[in-house]
Amino acid sequence: MEAQKQKMFDEETASSVVKELRDSFGSGKTRSYEWRVSQVKALLKAVVENEQEIVDALRSDLAKPPLETVVYEIGMFKNSCEVILKELKQWMKPEKVKTSIRTFPSSAEIVPEPLGVVLVISAWNYPILLSLDPVVGAIAAGNAVVLKPSEIAPASSSLLAKLIGKYMDNSFIRVVEGGVDETTMLLQQKWDKIFYTGNGKVGRIVMTAAARHLTPVVLELGGKSPVVVDSNMDLQVVAKRIISGKWGLNNGQACISPDYVITTKDCAPKLVDALKTELVKCYGKNPLESEDLSRIVSSNHFARLSKLLNDDKVSGKIVYGGESDEKKLRIAPTVLLDVPRDSLIMGEEIFGPLLPIITVNEVEESIDLINSGTKPLAAYIFTADKKLKEQFVMNVPAGGLLVNDTVLHLVVDTLPFGGVGESGMGAYHGKFSFDAFTHKKAVLYRGFAGDSSLRYPPYTDTKLRLMKALIGGSIFGIIRALLGWS
Amino acid sequence: MDAAGWDVEETVRELRQYFKTGETKSVTWRKNQLTAVLDLVHEKEDAIFKALHQDLGKHHVEAYRDEVGGVVKSATKSLSCVEKWMTPKKTDIPLLFFPAKGEVLSEPLGVVLIFSSWNFPIMLTLDPLIGAISAGNVVVIKPSEQAPACSSFLANTIPQYLDSKAIKVIEGGTDICELLLRQKWDKIFFTGSPRVASVVMSAAARNLTPVTLELGGKCPAILDSLPNPSEFKFAVKRIVGGKWGPCSGQACIGVDYLLVEEKLSSSLIELLRKIIRIFYGQNPVESKVISRIINKHHFERLCNLLKDPLVEASIVHGGSVDEENLFIEPTILLDPPLDSLVMTEEIFGPLLPIITLNKIQESIGFINARPKPLAIYAFTKDETFKRKILSETSSGSVIFNDTLVQFLCDTLPFGGVGQSGFGRYHGKYSFDTFSHEKAVMHRKLFLEIEPRYPPWDKFKLEFIKLAYKLNYVGLLLHILGSKLGLKRYN
Repeated sequence: MEAQKQKMFDEETASSVVKELRDSFGSGKTRSYEWRVSQVKALLKAVVENEQEIVDALRSDLAKPPLETVVYEIGMFKNSCEVILKELKQWMKPEKVKTSIRTFPSSAEIVPEPLGVVLVISAWNYPILLSLDPVVGAIAAGNAVVLKPSEIAPASSSLLAKLIGKYMDNSFIRVVEGGVDETTMLLQQKWDKIFYTGNGKVGRIVMTAAARHLTPVVLELGGKSPVVVDSNMDLQVVAKRIISGKWGLNNGQACISPDYVITTKDCAPKLVDALKTELVKCYGKNPLESEDLSRIVSSNHFARLSKLLNDDKVSGKIVYGGESDEKKLRIAPTVLLDVPRDSLIMGEEIFGPLLPIITVNEVEESIDLINSGTKPLAAYIFTADKKLKEQFVMNVPAGGLLVNDTVLHLVVDTLPFGGVGESGMGAYHGKFSFDAFTHKKAVLYRGFAGDSSLRYPPYTDTKLRLMKALIGGSIFGIIRALLGWS
Repeated sequence: MDAAGWDVEETVRELRQYFKTGETKSVTWRKNQLTAVLDLVHEKEDAIFKALHQDLGKHHVEAYRDEVGGVVKSATKSLSCVEKWMTPKKTDIPLLFFPAKGEVLSEPLGVVLIFSSWNFPIMLTLDPLIGAISAGNVVVIKPSEQAPACSSFLANTIPQYLDSKAIKVIEGGTDICELLLRQKWDKIFFTGSPRVASVVMSAAARNLTPVTLELGGKCPAILDSLPNPSEFKFAVKRIVGGKWGPCSGQACIGVDYLLVEEKLSSSLIELLRKIIRIFYGQNPVESKVISRIINKHHFERLCNLLKDPLVEASIVHGGSVDEENLFIEPTILLDPPLDSLVMTEEIFGPLLPIITLNKIQESIGFINARPKPLAIYAFTKDETFKRKILSETSSGSVIFNDTLVQFLCDTLPFGGVGQSGFGRYHGKYSFDTFSHEKAVMHRKLFLEIEPRYPPWDKFKLEFIKLAYKLNYVGLLLHILGSKLGLKRYN
């Protein structure tokens, strides 16, 4: 059955899917506002009418609490659709730009046009959101789309295939399910854009494949998102906000989850106490049983996370949690204090429910510490100190930065969401999604009057002088140029 | 690793150290460097003209128009705007998150690599450099070795004017390029051919380095019928200027081929020949106002295009070549075979194929059957046709009734799409291309939104759903309702 499935999606199949979509795109149908709106509405309808099925799929794939599904997967996606429906007409309008005397008389504008046929490769942790959010952006921009959902969330993948098959115009929007083989076949094709959400290792593979066809890419990756906690803060609130961003997001399996904490040696024990109190309030005394926490997605990831906990270097550092249930693939919220910087847990993105706390003497040291690693997708700081805040904002390169809270910037669609360096390239959300899948074509309109012989040979030194005046833009120079215009 | 290898790695390390000091982030540093670029091109203008003449036989007026002038314009603009561009852009945050503030802050990427090209060796080095500097980065410039006099000029002169701890010029050929591509960069800006671009992007992928690729393509000019004879003449003049003016056709945005209705072809050719004579004289090889072909390799490549017997038979003007002087005269071809190399590859030289059509509207299908070009030039007064060209073709840019001038308009993004590249620059786009736009959100610790936190219940779920809709009235009623015990939630 597996072999049959594999045979069904080979190079020929991949190439014919792309060709079909390209032919469809060539018809020009996606250019119209009406078509785009109809498809966005159809996708919205697909989600709204199948909310329970989506909740069930995520419960199956990740034991995700229904509220998390409703809030993040469904809620955020609905929000994206609503923003598009409200603003798309405006986004599609050409943008007039000023022209200068150098090209007088002329008028200019920037015209947004679709790129063509795009590939969206999604991830397993928010399998619905991270599939449909880029897809709806691509549709809004007028493209044809192939979606490759993650096979590590099979129930969601299968549901996406079903819903898109049923609700969407399949001459333009397709789902290809599968694993590494299918993805490889897809990556061999020529796309007009590839949008990838996942990890840096595969991100490199995607970009290398894209390079063969000079295909531009958006890579939404991850990294170790640090949280700096200053002293003299209301630690109960700080703890709650860290919890909400860490374990409240798929039990730490999210690209912008706080990965680790940096705080002073004085503050650390108090923060640990605050975290302990709030964690019990949120998840009870038996968090392995809590229905409000996702499980670990697979046994591979469970083994990976267990290894981080079993690292010799962190033995004795666990101050809260540490329990796990291999059969149920559950790991309890775990806090570690004073882990060594060369421990395994500090060497890779955790992507799980373990929160190491690094202690420093002065909180200012946190900036160099963060900058000694690769640029993260998000960085967080809790402080009331204006100077420290400014230093942090100005000197910590990261995809996005949040002061006195965690992860909320994800929901603000006026802010671009994307990484830098190892955490990725490109951005989306709100209008940035439309832009990510658009080519902004420069258009200049000229008339036939006012031709300047300055441009043409024979070249003389007089022409040179006049040209310099024109480029220099000095009004006297230009007057001289105009008077001497031959 | 050999000596050159050690140099490159060490250079990049030193640059990264210098970048970490934060020196290049200050407005003062950026403005000083931009002023230094202006000083360089003003004071060394003659040396620049000399180098361009040596490498390409470029006339100094052409050199000013296409190279120096562009640099002056870019640097002046950046100098006056950089502080504004550096100011964070405020964004609206929904009331739900009150109190909150949002902004987008542009920060430098870090250590960037600029690959320049040989056809506009000064402009295509300094213009991206201006962008990189105004965004606060440190830079390695790799000029094209195929324009050796300019490469040498840049290597000697840039350290005299600019901060040599932040901006380095590394000369060399393929070997040096390979060494450079092995390093980790925060951005690579490449101008050149699609073939090399693919190599650059693959290398960049190893370190997840973002790239801007400014490539080329076959830029078509569409010539519709223009009944007014002086307008027709203007159009043809602009086409001649757009073909042979910039570097004798060796330009990414130069007119590559021309599409015209069959019935206009003979009057067109006659007018083209006339204007070529006016601009370049009876004996163009003696004309000092057309550039030479850059080197023997490209000279032979272009001669080979003409050697195809069917192509040779299509020559209606020109065709003579001078190997010693690397000169090819302005040459017009009428309807060469569409599958000949001259019509399948970017010409990048002084050969102009004219392709005749029954109706000019067919030009749209013709262009769409080929890779997306960097620019489309359309000479027409038909507004419907203009709209069709805009909506039914795709290219980096479209210019109506002129050629090349989009280069002068720095409010327009300059870049390609598809095979002609991706990314863009000029004006503020240069600053943006070398920046990371960091989203920053500020919150305060008071005014908690309790329903954010587990344990979950129906009340919290309903609250969040209302919050998403920014339904503040609904939220208020919801909270009040629960407080008054009017609804029961478990």
